[in-house]
Amino acid sequence: MQRSMLDLWVGLFVVAGIAGMVILAFKVGNMSTMGSGDTYEISANFDNIGGLKPRAAIKSAGVVVGRVTAISFNNDRFTAKVMMAIESRYKFPKDTTASILTAGLLGEQYIGLEGGGDDKMLAAGDNIRLTQSAVVLEKLISQFLFDKAAEGGDGKK
Amino acid sequence: MQPSPVSGHSLPSVRRIGANAIDTVLRLGYATRFIGLTLAHSGTSFARPRLIVRELYYTGVLSLIIILVSGLFVGMVLGLQGYQTLTTYGSESALGVLVALSLVRELGPVVSALLFASRAGSAMTAEIGLMKATEQLSAMEMMAVDPIARVVAPRFWAGVISMPLLAAMFSAMGVFGGYVIGVVLIGVDEGSFWSQMQSAVDVREDVMNGVIKSFVFGIAVTWIALFEGYDAPPTAEGVSGATTRTVVTSSLAILGLDFILTSFMFSAA
Amino acid sequence: MAPTASSTLIEISDVSFAYGQRPILTGINMSIPRGKVVALMGISGSGKTTLLRLIGGVMKPTTGEVRVNGQCTSELDSAGIYRMRRRMGMLFQFGALFTDLSVFDNVAFQMREHTGLPESMIRDLVMMKLNAVGLRGAHRLMPAELSGGMARRVALARAIALDPMIMMYDEPFTGLDPISLGVIANLVRDLNDTLGTTSLVVTHDVQEALDVVDYVYYLSDGRMMAHGTPEELRANTDPLVRQFVHGEAEGPVAYQYPARDYGADLRMGGRRAA
Repeated sequence: MQRSMLDLWVGLFVVAGIAGMVILAFKVGNMSTMGSGDTYEISANFDNIGGLKPRAAIKSAGVVVGRVTAISFNNDRFTAKVMMAIESRYKFPKDTTASILTAGLLGEQYIGLEGGGDDKMLAAGDNIRLTQSAVVLEKLISQFLFDKAAEGGDGKK
Repeated sequence: MQPSPVSGHSLPSVRRIGANAIDTVLRLGYATRFIGLTLAHSGTSFARPRLIVRELYYTGVLSLIIILVSGLFVGMVLGLQGYQTLTTYGSESALGVLVALSLVRELGPVVSALLFASRAGSAMTAEIGLMKATEQLSAMEMMAVDPIARVVAPRFWAGVISMPLLAAMFSAMGVFGGYVIGVVLIGVDEGSFWSQMQSAVDVREDVMNGVIKSFVFGIAVTWIALFEGYDAPPTAEGVSGATTRTVVTSSLAILGLDFILTSFMFSAA
Repeated sequence: MAPTASSTLIEISDVSFAYGQRPILTGINMSIPRGKVVALMGISGSGKTTLLRLIGGVMKPTTGEVRVNGQCTSELDSAGIYRMRRRMGMLFQFGALFTDLSVFDNVAFQMREHTGLPESMIRDLVMMKLNAVGLRGAHRLMPAELSGGMARRVALARAIALDPMIMMYDEPFTGLDPISLGVIANLVRDLNDTLGTTSLVVTHDVQEALDVVDYVYYLSDGRMMAHGTPEELRANTDPLVRQFVHGEAEGPVAYQYPARDYGADLRMGGRRAA
């Protein structure tokens, strides 16, 4: 009697602990969005990746289709080389555009893919040629100020 | 009146520092031998899992309430504070990320280990110290039963098993607390709360590392608690002193180890 | 009483023991014959408990040898020591019952650890052992619910659980009321005779011990000062033994802790000097 109560409590304890871990993995973590694990890897060169990090999401039409696996610097072309793992069930044409976008004004950066019209599909090891760099906030602000200044000048004239 | 030695005035204190240093090293050596013996005599515990189940009840189940309640409150405080800070920058939607990452990476393992040290660790020290003081350990030894195998090893494994489970429950409870404050009470958008959290928290980098941390803390706290109990002078003062030392030493060990582990785990990324 | 070699169960020859530089025992010779109750007496700090630990193999003598049932403890490895201890029972000063186990589980402890007996048989055996100390009805209680004398009897039942060849008692009479004390003293004698064991009682409760034992060794300051039957010891004229046996305050063992001149401590000497 005493013994089975003790066993019951310990059993509940272990179940609750494992449930806690499962919640952390699926509800809190990205286990559910990691997919089946079957991916193919493609690369893209960007002039500026801004604040992109490894493991950042790759989205197409807002749907997560893959993850950034590695970021390196190409010293010949002075660009950033980004390796991306795309889930195997998603295929993209050769002339797909990759752009670095930001979720909200200050949110995380991710790569957005926009499919083109090519018949041939990207395969493992291919390189995306059409890329658009990250928007750098400082440049944007200075651009904005410059435009304003120019506008003001126009108005006075 | 009293003849004071003028020349060697500072000698006694210097000598005491030296003696303390030697004593510390000796104790460390004994503690290392102790954990080695515990691991070597763990066979009995695994051959008779009932011994571990029993200790799981005393270390794990009895720590549940304090862990769950503290986790809930820590999560709720994180929700409130995080919202106050994030709303200044207009990014309340990142509240889920803030709550989850702080809990999973740091607060979950560390705070639950600190609570575990003061709840279960001190109890372990007091229990073993008392068993030693009342000659129960000697009696066991005279009955040809090794106290390390019968008393120490099951408690060690129970501690090592319960710690990651407790830390996971703490973190999960904390995220729930943050959700209650952020989404239910303040009204942060539920969708962005969860989706931003999920895209920012990585299972391997964050959740697994948190589990590894709590596992290491579990080993450290249980080891310290058992050793202090086993090494306690067999008197009432001895046991109470050892209990205090368990809480102090394991708290320091948790924070020190946390710094080391964090710099290993998250600096490379 | 000169025990022959074959009838001797425990033989201690020329044993010395020291903690580092501090000698505890010097040149001890002792032999305990089978089936007898032997008392080891001496004032506190005379090395009695150390001698008990040497017999139990908890510690090894610095010089000399301890033979238990023909085996030298210094030559045994830890597995051998454990094998030897299964045939020893020991009653600790305050019982040393496992506080987290019930009376029943305490007595069953060794049976469960060392024998593969089925639980039903263990139950019968435990009840028999508890019956032998008159506490069959208390098997459900926890140690915290027992009086000092009852706890001591449960511990005794636990010590005889595996029908040991040797029973050792470490101060079994300490802190008991006169009734419990008499009960325990008689149990020591009865159990020894009914179970056919050999008993070694470490004590400083002279009168109770002299009534129940067959032979007495008197230890003082780590040396064997006297030995003989209780009658011989009572008649002993050595002042040290006399003081102990008759409980006199003054004698070779000084009542006063070594101190300076009394007058000086009362500051009278100092004032006079000034």
